[in-house]
Amino acid sequence: MKKYSLNILLVVFAIGLLFAAHFRIIDGYIQIVVMTIGINIMMSTSLNLVNGNMGEFTCGHAAFMCIGAYISSVLSVLCFGTKFGDPLLPAASVLFVFPIILLIGGAVAAVSSLLISVPSFKTRDDYLAIISIAVNYMIISAIENMDFVGGSRGFQGMKGTVWAMVDIFDGPWMLFWVINFTVFSVWVIRRFISSTYGKGVNAICQDEVAAEIMSVNTNKIKIINFMLAAGLAGCAGGLYAHIIGYVNPQSFNILKSTEALVMVYLGGMGSLSGAVISAIIFTGLLEVLRSQAIVDGLLSPITFMFPDWEPSAGVIKWVMIPLLLIIVMQFRSEGIMGNRELGDVFPKLKKFYRFK
Amino acid sequence: MMAQTQIQTEPTPVLEVRGLTQRFGGLTALKDFNVTLMPGELCGLIGPNGAGKTTVFNLVSGFYQPTEGQILVDGNPTAELRPHKVTALGVARTFQNIRLWNDMTVLDNIRVAQHNQLGYGFFHAIARSKRYQAREEQITKEAEELLDVFDLKRYAEELPKNLPYGTQRKLEIARALSSHPKLLLLDEPAAGLNSADAKDLIRLIRWIHDTFDVTIWMIEHHMDVMMELATQIKVIDFGETITDGNPEQIRNHPAVITAYLGDDNI
Repeated sequence: MKKYSLNILLVVFAIGLLFAAHFRIIDGYIQIVVMTIGINIMMSTSLNLVNGNMGEFTCGHAAFMCIGAYISSVLSVLCFGTKFGDPLLPAASVLFVFPIILLIGGAVAAVSSLLISVPSFKTRDDYLAIISIAVNYMIISAIENMDFVGGSRGFQGMKGTVWAMVDIFDGPWMLFWVINFTVFSVWVIRRFISSTYGKGVNAICQDEVAAEIMSVNTNKIKIINFMLAAGLAGCAGGLYAHIIGYVNPQSFNILKSTEALVMVYLGGMGSLSGAVISAIIFTGLLEVLRSQAIVDGLLSPITFMFPDWEPSAGVIKWVMIPLLLIIVMQFRSEGIMGNRELGDVFPKLKKFYRFK
Repeated sequence: MMAQTQIQTEPTPVLEVRGLTQRFGGLTALKDFNVTLMPGELCGLIGPNGAGKTTVFNLVSGFYQPTEGQILVDGNPTAELRPHKVTALGVARTFQNIRLWNDMTVLDNIRVAQHNQLGYGFFHAIARSKRYQAREEQITKEAEELLDVFDLKRYAEELPKNLPYGTQRKLEIARALSSHPKLLLLDEPAAGLNSADAKDLIRLIRWIHDTFDVTIWMIEHHMDVMMELATQIKVIDFGETITDGNPEQIRNHPAVITAYLGDDNI
């Protein structure tokens, strides 16, 4: 029992969160923050597979989020909305169909990751980074030019699916799905990366030539790794679309990819727990810096010297976060956790959880 | 009946190389190279720096595709095969500069090297199926046994980069053997070892040759190691085969002496 105590604690916490949301103990704002944390955990852990465990450098991860978001949005409007004609499915089936819709979005994103993984057979490092940026732009531009999904005006109507769920049972459904999918993605990644099969990914990172000659099918492992990363990012995108109820290609541009990169490098490359921790810290920080009062307080010495300057929270946020990255890279370049896991840093903790 | 006797008297060579030529642009790194290794042999390949020795190993292990010629591993042609497929045919190698996976434990280094005989895929790994558990258990067991016979078991949870140089060499050989090869290519196993370590290495290689059912082909600059171990030695220089023979013949061959020391009419 003792060895599952941390797991039980997490389950209790998740259920507590759902109850608190259901009985309106925590308001909608906190719920949104928690859901954003979940989505960011999915983004950072999945990008960590490629940038951390495989040691490649891709900075177009938002492209896959975008594909997942659009595919699942269109599917959910097709199935339960009226935008493209009559709903294809009865509203009662929404609870079973919704996760399938998200997974289909993820699957399409996974297939689209071939755009990066096939070039990665021959290219590495900076060159692959350029390819990934190109893929990000390509996908955004392609969607911007698709009129039936609204083009650059964006696409909406997914909220209908969420309302259909609320009609069945009035509860915090999106929070429920976000928690489930976050746990699912961390679990899948953990299982993949801790198997001998998945350790081939680390072998590619540490010495690709040796991996190739010592019997690792590098191309296949690369494809699988990219697919898994992109697929989970696609699921994250689908969730994001249904939480906001509106998607726009420009919300998945290079800035979004950079956010995921910042989270990976903040947490430590190749550390799953680091990616989770940094996603929580990063999202929390973004929310804290959203408040004008806090920004004013933080910058009061400077505004005291330059009374004419009125910093706005929205702008200062994007000064603070890159600054944080500079400080981390300067003083702890391996990130918060390095490439170790939580259990390696605190060996005593290992007695309290089984996460396999 | 006749054919059967023939098969018995003539086993398939572990490695058969015919007319191997490799050109990099205008440079001919290797020209018309031929070799036949029979099961259980322990052979050598020597030559001055830049003679093309490592190129031969890179070609045999599938890392390069030859410009011309044919390589047969245990009777199977390796043309167009990617390196991991060649490894699956039974070729394993070590590297001149040690190439271990330095941020993986010693045990994991051995385990990952069995990647082509895992017998389970992505979904088995995610679902932790019966097959996954059985295979993973067996792989770990085999890896531990291998570490045990190589006297490396106490390092199982260490990172290779923290081990002494000689031990890293040993681990690299153990990793190569973990894929159950028929042919083991050792690329300068004694490089960077002092004479005491080199003596240990001679013993180790002889022991591997006796214990494991494996044909060994090695490149080495330490002539004492080579003379001690190899039964047949091939000498190449500038990509061309100068001669081959047993150690005694090689030691006294004028062309070999010329290749290594230069000739006296300058």
